[in-house]
Parts: sequence; C-alpha cells; structure tokens
Amino acid sequence: MMKFALYLGCNIPARVQQYDMSARAVLDMLDVELVDIREFNCCGYPIRNTDFEAFVLFSARNLALAEKQGLDILTLCQCCFGSLKKADHLMKEDTSLRDKINALLAKEGLSYNGSIEVKHFLSVLHKDVGIAGLKEKIVRGFKDLKIATHYGCHTLRPSDITQFDNPVAPVLFDQLVEATGAKSIDWPLKLECCGAPLLGVNDDLSMDLTEKKLINGKQSGADFLCVACPYCHLQFDTVQSMMRSVRAMDHHLPSILFSQLLGLVMGIDGKNLGINMNQIDIGGMEAFLSQE
Amino acid sequence: MFYDITLYVCLAISGIGLLYKIFTWLHRGIGMKAANITTSTRIIAAIKGILRTVFSAQILTLIKVFILDVLFQARILKEDFLRWLMHMFIFWGFMLLLLMHAMDGIITQPLFPEYASTLNPFMFLRDLFGFLVIIGIGIAVYRRFILKVPRLKTNAIDHYAIIILAVIMLSGIFLEGLKITSYSRYQEMVDEYGGIDDEKELEALETLWVAEFEVASPRIRKTFDEEILEMGRDLHQMSCASCHSRPKWAFTGFAVAKIFKPFALALDRANIRVFLWHIHFLACFLGLAYLPFSKMFHIFATPVSLLANSVMNRETSDPANIATKQVMELDACTHCCTCSLRCSVAVALNKIDNVNILPSEKMVFLKAYAADKNLDDNALKAIQEGIYLCTNCDRCTVVCPSGINLRDLWLDVREDFIQKGYPVLMTLSPFSFFRGLNKRDLDSEYYRQPLDQAQMAVAEKCELINKPDKVVPLTPMNTEFKEKVGLSSQADTYTYCFSCENCTTVCPVVENFENPQESLDLLPHQIMRSVGLGLTDLALGSKMLWNCLTCYQCQEHCPQGVKVTDILYELKNLAVKEIRVA
Repeated sequence: MMKFALYLGCNIPARVQQYDMSARAVLDMLDVELVDIREFNCCGYPIRNTDFEAFVLFSARNLALAEKQGLDILTLCQCCFGSLKKADHLMKEDTSLRDKINALLAKEGLSYNGSIEVKHFLSVLHKDVGIAGLKEKIVRGFKDLKIATHYGCHTLRPSDITQFDNPVAPVLFDQLVEATGAKSIDWPLKLECCGAPLLGVNDDLSMDLTEKKLINGKQSGADFLCVACPYCHLQFDTVQSMMRSVRAMDHHLPSILFSQLLGLVMGIDGKNLGINMNQIDIGGMEAFLSQE
Repeated sequence: MFYDITLYVCLAISGIGLLYKIFTWLHRGIGMKAANITTSTRIIAAIKGILRTVFSAQILTLIKVFILDVLFQARILKEDFLRWLMHMFIFWGFMLLLLMHAMDGIITQPLFPEYASTLNPFMFLRDLFGFLVIIGIGIAVYRRFILKVPRLKTNAIDHYAIIILAVIMLSGIFLEGLKITSYSRYQEMVDEYGGIDDEKELEALETLWVAEFEVASPRIRKTFDEEILEMGRDLHQMSCASCHSRPKWAFTGFAVAKIFKPFALALDRANIRVFLWHIHFLACFLGLAYLPFSKMFHIFATPVSLLANSVMNRETSDPANIATKQVMELDACTHCCTCSLRCSVAVALNKIDNVNILPSEKMVFLKAYAADKNLDDNALKAIQEGIYLCTNCDRCTVVCPSGINLRDLWLDVREDFIQKGYPVLMTLSPFSFFRGLNKRDLDSEYYRQPLDQAQMAVAEKCELINKPDKVVPLTPMNTEFKEKVGLSSQADTYTYCFSCENCTTVCPVVENFENPQESLDLLPHQIMRSVGLGLTDLALGSKMLWNCLTCYQCQEHCPQGVKVTDILYELKNLAVKEIRVA
C-alpha cells in the first residue's frame, strides 16, 4: 500500500473543498493512504515575487515536516507542486542556501536533508497506480464526452525541475482522461496558462488569457475543461462565472477537476465528489456516463 | 461599611464599563465599509437583527451553540485537550464559586435555607471549585512559560488575567487556612453563638476545637482528657454543629492550616487573617471593576461572538451589523494564539521580523487601532505588510475558539490599510488572488489604487523607463547591480542570452497586446539584455516584470538555457528590496 503526506496548500481547504473530498475518495479506493500533517504551511508560491529566501523557507519547512515522518509528499495543487519541487531542488543543489534555510528551520527543531520526493496527484495516478491499476477500479465509462485537458504551467515547466512529463508534447494527463472513456481532444492552447497568477494584479490581462482558452477549447469541440489544480479550477470556474457579468460573455466551458471525473467512473457518488460544489454546474456530466 | 462602599463603587464602574464597551461596539468602526455607517443606524440594525433572530427558528442554533461552544467549549476541545481542560477548570470553577460563594446571600441562601459556608457540602464544594481554578491557572502558567507552546505570545493582558485570578484564589485559600486555626476568630464565634459562661464548659469546647477543628489555642496543648472532650462534644452539638463541618473537608484551606499551624498564634496576633480578608475581597472587587477593560471581558464578548457568528454571514446580514460584530470580535479575542499556531504563513516570521504577520498580533494591533486611529509611519508599514502577507486559507477562522470570523475581518480591514500611505508591493503578487476573487465585494472606485500605486513606486525609481529617448552611455555599466542578480545559483545564466527573442515570441502576455512594448515597456528578451548591460532602471522598472505569469514558457523555450522566469522573479525581489530600503 502506498502512503503519502497529503499537501493541500491554502486554496483547497478554503475555496475548492470538492477537490479535497474527491481526491481522498478516489485515492482511498486505489489503496493510496494519505497522512495529514497539520503543521504544513503555505508552499511559498505567493511570496516568491517579493522574497526568494522566504519562499524557500516556506517550502523547505513542509519538506522537513514530511521528511520527519519519512513520507513522500502528494500535492493536489500544481503551484504548490512547482514551489515544493523548486525548493527541493535548491535544497539539494545549493549547499549555502540549504545551510541558511536549515539554520532558520532549526529554530523549530527542523531541518531538511533531501530524502523525500514530491509528487503531483496526476503523477501518482499515472506512474505509481498506473493506467492498468486505475482501470481495475473503473466500473463505468464516459461515452461521447470530449474533454480539453488543461495541463497547468507549474507541473510542466520548468521541466528540468518538475520532471513531470514532456513539456512540449505531454501525454500523461490525456492518457488519464482517456482511461475514463472520455476523449481527450487536441487543442492549440492546451499548454497555456489559465491566467490565475495575475488575478488581482491585472484582472483584464488575467481574464483575457482565461477567455482565450475558453474560446479555443470550445472551438476545438470540448464539452468540459479538465484541470488538476485549485488555481486553474478557480479561474475556470469562479472567475469564468464572474466574467459572465463583468465581460457580458458566456463561452460556457465548465471546468471539472480530474478527481471528480475519475471518481464518477469509479462509481463514487457525485455527492461525495462535491459535483454540486462547483460554481458552474457540471451536473450534466453524468449524462455522458454509460450505463453498464 | 468600607466593604459595602467598595463593592458598590466597583459594581458601578463595572456596569458603566460594560455599557461603554457595548457603546464602542456600536460606535467604533474598523475597515472601510464601517466608516460610512452611523452609530444610530447600527443601533437600530442591531436591535432589529437580534429580535429577528431570537423570534425565528435560528433560536435553536443559538441554543445549540450556547450549550456546545459556550458551556462545553467544544471548539477548544477540538483544538487541544490540555487547553480545554485548563479552560473548563477555570471557567466552571470560577463560575460556580461566583454563584455559590461570592453571591451566597443572593443565590445559595435562598435556595438552601440551611446553608452555611462552613457546612458540608458547601464547605467541600467551595474548596473543590477553588482547587479546579488553581489547577487551571497552573496549566495556563505551564503552557505559557514552561511548555512554551509555539507562537503563543504572552503580553500584559495575559499576565494580568493570570495574576488577578491567582491572587483571588490563593488569598481565599490562605484566608480559609488561617481562619481555621485562628484563636481570635474562635473566641469571637463563641462569644456570639456559644452562650456559655461556665469556665469549665468553655475549656471543654475549646479542647474539642483544638483536638478536632485545628484551632491553635494558647492555653490548651496536645494532651486531651476524654471526659472533657465528651463534654465539649455535647456543647459543640448544641451550639456549633449546625453550622460547622470538620475542617478537613475544606481540603485546600485545611492543608494551609496544617502547614502554618506552628506559627498560627503569631499570625493570628499579627492579624494576618484580617489582612488576607482585605486582599481577597479587594482583589475580587478590582477584578470586577476592571473586568470590562481587561482580557476577562471575554467572559461576555466571546459568547456573544460565538452566538453572533453562528447566525450571521456576509451575504445575508445587514452590513451595519457586520460592522458592529467586527468591533465586538476584537473584545472576544482572548489572545489564545491558536490562529497563529495554525497560520499558513506564520513561518515567515522566522525570516521577516514583523509580528503583525501573526493573526493573533494583528488582533492586538487592531484593538488598539480601533480606539486610536493615529498611526506612526513604522506602525503603518508594519501593519500593511502583516495584513497583506496572508493566503486567505481560512485556517484562523476555522480554529478560533471564540468563533471570530477572521476571514471577513481581514478582507475588510486589509482594504483600509493598503489604501493608506505607502505602496504595498506585495499587491503585485499572487497574494492578490483572493482580492481579485472578491472584487465585487470591494469598492470599485478604489480597487486599482494600491496596484497602481505599487507599480508607480517602482517606475518612479527607474528613470530610464520614463525616458525612452534618453541616450545611455555604454560605460560604465552598473556592475554592482549585475552582481546582485545571482541570488540563486541559476540566475547568472542571463549572460548566455544572444537575443534570439524566443522568450518574447512564446510569452502569452506579450501575445495578448497589440502593441506590447507600449503596454509592457520592455519585452522579456529586452529585460534579459538590460540585465546583461547593467541597466538597472530598465531591468527593474518595466511593467512586463509585474505582468509576468510565471508560466515558464520563456524559460522552457530558451535555446541558451537562460532561466528567464527565475531571473524575472529575482528582479522583482530586487525591486521590492530597493523600495523597502527607500
């Protein structure tokens, strides 16, 4: 049985609880054990703009806490993943920075020695559980459902740090989606940013980028966007619904979290996947489920 | 007489203080929204809100919360068992003492006509309740000063609370102990209730009280004659037994009596008993008078906060009531620091020396700020940073044992501070994500102001950005600046840049603008070249820097392995540092 420290970050417990619920439900059925470490803090992603060392300190503290329990980290958020991976890399490669950060961690009796791995939810499903392992637990399938996979920036790039998949022609997420019976469509803006990093800083620009992706996905024939990051999800869900009034537009391309999509074909009740907790209704999703 | 006067004066101060506090809830405001709501509007809204809630099905919620969270304090139990034990001991011990012992004339006497403070079960219970409080205080001291719970800050109000409770309890126990042994008190009682004139009988009673009630007598010593004792017992049954149980039942006072027995006569002659009695009631009265102004005021404010927050929310409640609630919540905060323990960004304190990062200390600041809004420059800068360094993860709100809605408080108060005075560069980072999500809830007129102010502050420092026509000498370059870019091991890769412009070509931000240079000042490859040329102003001042998504497309596609995005991150850090120094 696999065992990970579940790293939720800040957005999921506050604003995307359905991701927490659905990922736990799915991983539970796949015999992946999750340990909650209450002392985990923010990954440092937001403070990286203003204070690099603070950013490393934030991430390193989480790494140290997981290491103390001898657990690898499984994270659901791609921005957390990117931050933790970056810090993990720096703590392993940059000895003077490591000493500095560990000296700060020592105030709490912690230190990080680089003995654990940080994994994203999608990687665990694809590499540790495996497509074959997934299929064993899949009891239903989607029919005629077209999904636009949104990879998210901070798992894919910088690829030398994240080591997630081929950064130019990734297949990992598409294969996972296809395992559910849905079709993962090709779409030109698949690997572009959702726009979330600039929300609150430059809303027009942020929404421009979101809108482009929505239009492009819709034009490419997608019924839903599928995401595996709370920032991307908030952008495509909450912000998309905000944009309807702010921008007087409706491209209507709802976002579904991959854990929700997978949970449905594993026969988990929609209520336990928080299907009704999305801002933009994805109840229609269940109509695509084949009945056998 | 002295007792009565001080009691009534203290009661009056306490009552006036309570009214004053409630007035401040309705009058003071924190956060931008509260500023436009008058006190009279708030009073009317509060009365309406209370009536509407009490006469609706919500009363059931209130009852549930009162039992679970106020009386049983389930929210503390959820957090920390030891702390719950501490608080239950203090709360129940103190409340029961207050009702049974301090207010015995009003409550216990009418309920139990046979009541006497020295008669069981009352005598035992009084000691038991006091003992609980003492254990509670012991745990509090242990947690704060020995266990040193992480991020549990202790300030003057916490010291006061512990000390006043300890003085009241200990003076009470010592008073009881000395009273047990006191010969003068014994004589007073015999004169008053004994009605015995016969010298032999007096001696018999005294012998019994020395033998079995721990009185320290100057004339009767350890050897007791059984016959005399028997006579004493008869007299005791007649005159004393209806009011006196054996002192061992008052176990804390009894322990004191035992310990101080050897000095009991001297202490009695020095009238220490009366002195302690004064200490005891004066400490009680001081605590009473000062209650509305001390941490102890949470006895009122915290239940109110728990109840109010169980039935109020941002979407449906009257904004006037939200404003009132937010001031009241400042009084409900007990500075227990659970929020800081669980805070997602509290770790920043190890690197950034600013206690305002901790939610508990922001509450301390806001308490003072609500009363006096004058801020000096340093205090303003510190709170601006502290209040913005927050990921809005809601943990503080989820764990607060007082049920304070810190999430809404931060959202409202944050606006107030970032619109004031200094540019907050952190607004140009993902810390602003939550603010963006809540844009509809914020004043649209002022929404962009902190963002523009921060951007301006950077641009103002960078002359070249504002003078695109200025001729730049090729030498000398700012080599000092070039050295600064290299904080991380990868950043000096900018030297490999040969201006192929791949970074700019793949940048989704650049692509979004028809005339990107006009909107962004510099394009990514130009920034890389500016760093290479040591042109500080250009490298730090462009809008491009702050509109970078950090999507890493540029870095991924650089044929030269320049860590473009990482360098942009570092440049942002440098710009922030320069502004901070200035």
